[in-house]
Amino acid sequence: METILQITDLEVSYGSVVALKDITFNVKSGEIVVLVGANGAGKTTTLRAISGLVKPKKGEIIFEGKRIDHLHPHKIVRLGISHAPEGRRIFGTLTVYENLMLGAYTQKQIDKNTLEWIYNLFPRLKERSKQLAGTLSGGEQQMLAVGRALMSKPKLLLLDEPSLGLSPALTKIIFDTVKQIRNSGVTILMVEQNAKAALKFANRGYVLEVGKIVLSGTSEELLSSQKVVEAYLGRK
Amino acid sequence: MEIFLQQIVNGLAIGSIYALVAIGYTMVYGVMKLINFAHGDLVALAAYVGLTVLMQAFGMHLSNLWAVILMFTVTAMFISLFGIILERLAYRPLRKAPRLSAVVSALGASLAIENGIMLIWGPNIKVFPSNIFPSTRWHISGVVINSTQIAILLLSIILMIALYIFINRTKIGTAIRASAIDQDAAKLMGINVNGIIIAIFALGSFLGSIGGLFIGIYYRELYFQMGWIYGLNAFIAAIIGGIGNIPGAMLGGMLLGIFNVLIAGYVSNTWSEALTFALLIIILIIKPTGILGERVAEKV
Ligand SMILES: Nc1ncnc2c1ncn2[C@@H]1O[C@H](COP(=O)(O)OP(=O)(O)O)[C@@H](O)[C@H]1O
Ligand SMILES: [Mg+2]
Repeated sequence: METILQITDLEVSYGSVVALKDITFNVKSGEIVVLVGANGAGKTTTLRAISGLVKPKKGEIIFEGKRIDHLHPHKIVRLGISHAPEGRRIFGTLTVYENLMLGAYTQKQIDKNTLEWIYNLFPRLKERSKQLAGTLSGGEQQMLAVGRALMSKPKLLLLDEPSLGLSPALTKIIFDTVKQIRNSGVTILMVEQNAKAALKFANRGYVLEVGKIVLSGTSEELLSSQKVVEAYLGRK
Repeated sequence: MEIFLQQIVNGLAIGSIYALVAIGYTMVYGVMKLINFAHGDLVALAAYVGLTVLMQAFGMHLSNLWAVILMFTVTAMFISLFGIILERLAYRPLRKAPRLSAVVSALGASLAIENGIMLIWGPNIKVFPSNIFPSTRWHISGVVINSTQIAILLLSIILMIALYIFINRTKIGTAIRASAIDQDAAKLMGINVNGIIIAIFALGSFLGSIGGLFIGIYYRELYFQMGWIYGLNAFIAAIIGGIGNIPGAMLGGMLLGIFNVLIAGYVSNTWSEALTFALLIIILIIKPTGILGERVAEKV
């Protein structure tokens, strides 16, 4: 499989706080890759560096053979990377439909098929399209965050804790949809605190610990690793 | 009753000037959480530039109509460009600096423009010609409206409706609203937030320049510190309406215009400014976010 994203020796700091140190990993076309790690390990920072919201101090981010770590976020979106950020960050005082249209900001015109596809993935969004996004429930807001990110027709989708604060039933819906999105050809790099469930449908995972990658492997390897299970996945 | 209606008409004319200027404060605040103290001085600069263009046009023996059209286009273009340059020089270098630095820079820019006006046009009062619009007056059931008031009201209303449609119905307008809500999320949509900031400075300065020209036409007397007084009133109007909210700035401007005229008419001119602040305080006590403002969590 072709490598779509290659990250090499990435280092990111917030002022004097070093958040990531010498991170190296890759994502291959068509995969679902999960980043696992405790709070503050640097998972969100990794995604923010990829989408250009923070500038790395050192290292390279290469997307489809092109270096992107010096680009502005709005340019990175145009290359085909879309980021559904931590905390959803939907535009609460705009309507659901306006949020989706903003997701398609980089497109010359709205692609009806993409919109229909998203409405099929999340029928709730269609029912509520005229409602202010801030009035949606938590689960619906997450659906909107994912749907909005898909409107730019990305090749690579970054998802930061899509199940945060959701009920097990809603989590399952979101995870099922993530699989459907991958099956439609979008590569996915996701951060999940619900690591066990995520690894079950992901291809590979990386374990982050205070800004460093300490373990990596296929989902099966990580799920069967005693160390990972104890530290991050909880006991059976 | 007739006197009261007359005051309302006068108030609406002044109010639409405040509204045009207030929109500039509110749009910049909405996206950047910055109070552009130099905005009022840009408005004053517009009046001076407009007067100079008008005199040149009269010197070339242009008809009144063409002279006025020339004054509006040249001034609006010049001031919009000036607003873009102001952002580039005074605010963009401080985008990531502590907020106080931007405030100091804003005050500095304000003083610089004020002094620039004094150097170019001198410290004495300049007077706009009185015959810009025909001296026609209409008497409608006892209320007198002159052509200047009609022109101000009509043009202001057209501009505000156009702005409202632009902000609420176009792609760039939606991007402006999104950038005001959450800049990082807007960037993730592919929005060039720097471009949006340039656009709001251009747009706010454009509307402010029209306000400045109306001030010249309506009040006629120009003095180099005038930006502070008109700017302060428009800024208060923006807060009354809910700073960051564009329809709020329009509403606040109209309300303040009517209020000022009623106070001048029924109480006294000397109390006008003190009572303006009283009105501001009362509104903020009743609704701390201003009339149309929404409570937004302070972004970290
Ligand atoms: N805006 C910020 N300013 C300063 N430090 C930050 C900021 N964001 C994150 N950090 C620090 O960077 C480290 C990694 O944070 P983050 O990437 O959010 O971790 P995770 O998503 O794995 O919980 C933490 O130590 C956190 O405190
Ligand atoms: Mg995080």
